[in-house]
Amino acid sequence: MALPNHTQLNYRIWHYTYLTFCGLVFFFLIAPLFVILPLSFNAEQYIHFSAKMLALDPEGFSLRWYEDMIYGTKNPWGLATKNSLIIAFFATIGSTILGTVAALGLSSRYMPYKAAFMALLISPMIVPLIISGTAIFFFMAKVGLAATHTGIILSHIILGTPFVVITVTATLTGFDHSVTRAAASLGSNPVNTFMKITLPLIMPGVISGALFAFVTSFDEVVVVLFLAGLENTTIPIQMWVGLREQLSPTIMAVATCLIVMSTLILVSAELLRRRSERLRGINR
Amino acid sequence: MSKEQILSSDGLPLEVSLKKAERKNKLKAVLLVAPLFLFILIIYVFPIGDMLFRSIDDRMITNMLPKTFKAMEKWDGSELPDEPVYQGLYEDLTFLKENKTYGKIIARLNYEKSGFSSLIKKTVRKINKFEEGNYKEQFIKVHKRWGQSDYLVALKNAAPKWTYAKYLKGMDRKFDQDRNIIQVDEDRRIHKILWLRTLNVAFWVTVFCFILAYPISHLLATLPMKYSNLLMICVLLPFWTSLLVRTSSWMVLLQQQGPINDLIVWIGLAADDNRPELMYNVIGTFVAMTQILLPFMVLPLYSVMKTISPSLMRAGKSLGGTPLVSFVKIYFPLTIPGIGAGCLLVFILAIGYYITPALVGGASGSLISNTIAYHMKSSLDWAFASALGTMLLVGVLTIYWIYNKLVGIDNIKLG
Repeated sequence: MALPNHTQLNYRIWHYTYLTFCGLVFFFLIAPLFVILPLSFNAEQYIHFSAKMLALDPEGFSLRWYEDMIYGTKNPWGLATKNSLIIAFFATIGSTILGTVAALGLSSRYMPYKAAFMALLISPMIVPLIISGTAIFFFMAKVGLAATHTGIILSHIILGTPFVVITVTATLTGFDHSVTRAAASLGSNPVNTFMKITLPLIMPGVISGALFAFVTSFDEVVVVLFLAGLENTTIPIQMWVGLREQLSPTIMAVATCLIVMSTLILVSAELLRRRSERLRGINR
Repeated sequence: MSKEQILSSDGLPLEVSLKKAERKNKLKAVLLVAPLFLFILIIYVFPIGDMLFRSIDDRMITNMLPKTFKAMEKWDGSELPDEPVYQGLYEDLTFLKENKTYGKIIARLNYEKSGFSSLIKKTVRKINKFEEGNYKEQFIKVHKRWGQSDYLVALKNAAPKWTYAKYLKGMDRKFDQDRNIIQVDEDRRIHKILWLRTLNVAFWVTVFCFILAYPISHLLATLPMKYSNLLMICVLLPFWTSLLVRTSSWMVLLQQQGPINDLIVWIGLAADDNRPELMYNVIGTFVAMTQILLPFMVLPLYSVMKTISPSLMRAGKSLGGTPLVSFVKIYFPLTIPGIGAGCLLVFILAIGYYITPALVGGASGSLISNTIAYHMKSSLDWAFASALGTMLLVGVLTIYWIYNKLVGIDNIKLG
């Protein structure tokens, strides 16, 4: 943002202070993530920038921690990744279907007590996870689903649906209902109308909700800590256990993989958002 | 107005026909919401209700000493009870010994009054040698505490099925002998400190987030699209990244041999052998939580600022306002909805934070959630964990209610 020539000096100073402050805040937000990347390629066993690394000596870098992550004998990452993916997959499907259907109802102008229902359906996102975890643990223990994949998947569906409800209702706010009426007048039944007309139009919202639900489940540690047995360990649980013992370079390697994954998810979410805005004809 | 009724094609009055169609649409909407509603009701709302129930449930001991408590109903506690109470106690304890379940009541009674542990153990050991009749004398012979009315009063105090003693414990209070509520000893008042610390951390994290988020949201909202999209990545990437990854990066940064400490030593603020402790205390909790929750403040602020037309500020200036006056009188009031949404969201999330304080907070930086987890997983006092959880829940739901009134939950923005 270049300033015009006639700008007064005090305003000029103020303007650059403001830009510097903003720059520092952006740095504060993003820099911590980039500390992890180089450390995961450390040749030494410590979480510290060694002299060789700082001198950019190739000997200071290695892939040994990635090797350890994949082939390490005692490492539980294989099982954890498998479990995390299975749980997140089914939790995403469950949350997306339940959340989308509920959002369709909530967006209807005939829905009674809309605000109250919305507040209830969003509440799992607001209530502290420790409370959700405690309550769900008591319940799952009572019905015999503690330490099972099913129990964890069900609780992750609960935690994921608010995101789907929010994103899909947001997509539906700009939705032109005359297109569904047109379909109906042309003789289409409601299911067919939904599959052929409504769903393709709200698809960006559904997918971005699904991404949120996936990330929520894939990251979730508190509820799993209560529910998981040894067989149900997930990536976040293994990271939690590892971080409580000591910072190991292998954890840095896992963290790097997760950062790469979240970058990919961010890019797809961003593309979807733009597509959705284009489809709904919102120009910002 | 004509009196003639307008009829729809199926011969019904239009009004009736319209009502019918509306009722059908209403039913359709409700049916669409029903599956998720029922799912959340069964797996979420019902369990939380069960948790509240658990925090006041004291039926275990009531069910284990039924005859004793029945006989005690008529006793007013002023002097030693009569024979029937002791007979009831004899029968209950004999039954518990046969089933080997008396261990459970020891912990519960010892909580009511210390000294019960040895009393019950000794009595149970000798109870087989009791002869029929005159139980009172035999009990006192086994242990003289059975002849002290304060132990029997404590026993009677454990009789009710429901108790709010766990809530008192959460507020550093307890019942004394005569069921008065008193504060616990000075050195055991830990929960008050925890509650205050939790509120304190949540408050300051919200303030820091606001101070950091306001300028950058403004910048993001006013920059041309191609730059702001790029900078938005700085906000969204942490938002999408795993909480544990972000916490571990703070553990790397804040450790004693970490980059931040290196920098402090290099600048000369501290000696190399006297590096400051940045982690495992409340500083670590503050810094890490501020960075982690910052996107939740930026996104609502940004979405509000985006809607404010830049011509308003220009109008203010053209009417003679200095930039500062125009900002205070025009821009700031327009952003208040965003400020409310962001602050409430960050405060709600911060007050229940668990993972980050547990990893970087140490003992002096741990919050109420960590205590709940401790009682769930280590001390196994589930009733107390439930009581603390309920107290936290009431607080959070109050703020949630305010949020809903002020902002409207359907206005929540994600990304």
